[in-house]
Amino acid sequence: MNFPNDLKYAASHEWARIEGGMATVGITDFAQGELGDIVFVELPSVGSKVTQGKPLGTVEAVKAVSDLNAPLSGEVAEINSSLEGTPDAVNKDAYGAGWMVKIKLSNPGEASSLMDALGYEKMEKHGH
Amino acid sequence: MPYIPNTDQNREAMLKRIGVKSFDELIADIPEAIRLKAELKLPKALAEMEAVKEIKALAEQNKPASSLVSFLGGGAYDHYIPAAIDHILLRSEFYTAYTPYQAEVSQGTLQAIYEFQSLITALTGMDAANASMYDGATALAEAGILACNHTKRKQLIIARTVHPAYRQVLTTYAGGAGIAVVEIGFKDGVTDLEALKKAVGQNTAGVLIQHPNFFGHLEQVDEISVLAHQAGAVLAVSVDPISLGLLKSPGEYGADIVTGEGQPLGMPTNLGGPYLGLFAVRTNLLRLMPGRLVGLTTDAKGQEGAVLTLQTREQHIRREKATSNICSNEALCALAATAYLSLMGRSGLKQVAELCLQKSHYLSQKLKPAFNAPFFKEFVIRPNRPVEKLLEELKKTGILGGLDLETFYPELKGCLMLAVTEKRTREELDLIASKING
Repeated sequence: MNFPNDLKYAASHEWARIEGGMATVGITDFAQGELGDIVFVELPSVGSKVTQGKPLGTVEAVKAVSDLNAPLSGEVAEINSSLEGTPDAVNKDAYGAGWMVKIKLSNPGEASSLMDALGYEKMEKHGH
Repeated sequence: MPYIPNTDQNREAMLKRIGVKSFDELIADIPEAIRLKAELKLPKALAEMEAVKEIKALAEQNKPASSLVSFLGGGAYDHYIPAAIDHILLRSEFYTAYTPYQAEVSQGTLQAIYEFQSLITALTGMDAANASMYDGATALAEAGILACNHTKRKQLIIARTVHPAYRQVLTTYAGGAGIAVVEIGFKDGVTDLEALKKAVGQNTAGVLIQHPNFFGHLEQVDEISVLAHQAGAVLAVSVDPISLGLLKSPGEYGADIVTGEGQPLGMPTNLGGPYLGLFAVRTNLLRLMPGRLVGLTTDAKGQEGAVLTLQTREQHIRREKATSNICSNEALCALAATAYLSLMGRSGLKQVAELCLQKSHYLSQKLKPAFNAPFFKEFVIRPNRPVEKLLEELKKTGILGGLDLETFYPELKGCLMLAVTEKRTREELDLIASKING
């Protein structure tokens, strides 16, 4: 199980890489492992507004679907459209090629409510 | 249902095991005030022989369409059903209503559904079809919901030339989902294009039409398709599958969703069904499609097999986010349609359609059609006397004379709709024409 130190984590198993006023978002290595083979990722359209903790898309595996929640509020600046053809990139490289959306943050202060790698790992270990 | 006897000894043993002294004690939680005190008002028990006699007498009060000459249509048609279909349907392997979740023990059912989907896809000119819906009405209503989900818009436009019952079902669905339904009137038996042009806009999720429409007439599908797509709306078309033996497939004129009533494909006309909803879409709408879907895959040994696929759209995975709360399909009816289309083949279906077309036009030339638009197998006339009276006269000679349109369209008082299938003979057509003109 791999939880990079440079990322922030939400309790609903999304990660965010915050650079300037922009956050790249995906689901964690733990989440992809729990879902199994991911076959489809439904992403919002560029320009749509997202709110911290609210669903912005869905991640679909063979026998399960999970909401993708926004770890931070803002406007969708970019989506990873390559996932349309290769959704399994999320399984293979959750923090790299499996990224899902980039959010232009409207309230960067929200980041303080997210966990760091150590906090997330602890939460995950205690059976979340 | 098995017959399970329930003797006094049985009851006593059960009460004892439960640990109560009497039946009253068992239902002590039910307040006295709401208990039924009287005996059920049932006639006394009959011996099997007596029961058979009584049921038979009741059944004989019915006059099945098969013993009459039927010109009734309006969504259910008296087409010929090849004898082989019943034999296939009566195979007990197909009888189960159980969902074929376990592919390893359901290959027969899954393959039959897969074949059905393939046939409907080919017939409609679409990319994928589901395992079926309840009937033509629910299929069209679900198409409306799909259009709204896809476009994220909340208004549907439906032609008044669509089957009245289908329009009612759509209204029911839309009410629950907070969707506005706008109805477009007709001119000379087909949708009024000018009115449609005015109504379609940036809020329109879908334009819903029937082709051939309820009156049997052909809509101006190419123009309607352009109007719908210009506004970014989805075009959903409800079809008579038999007509597709002759008419351009909906895929060719740009339909995004094709629905229909599958009853003409090897099913008898039953009051209240069971019927068969057809539902097919283009690839881009696949994930929003309601109902069940069977796909082909290979197992670990590389052998081909059929499985339920894209199940996450279904309610047993995520009830609150399911595409639709219809997860059932009409598998046995779908099997009848599969058998029918397989037996008929491409040329057989074309022949049935041609016979319907020719025979209905033979009759229409002897009568005066009310509308002046091209039609397939059904048309409207204005007889020279009250429709109700005419239908009574026809019934006396063993003819089911068609549908009194006033029931559904007050503005068409005095109009009668006749459906002519390949089963009608020249003698029957001459007879009804002489009666109507007499």
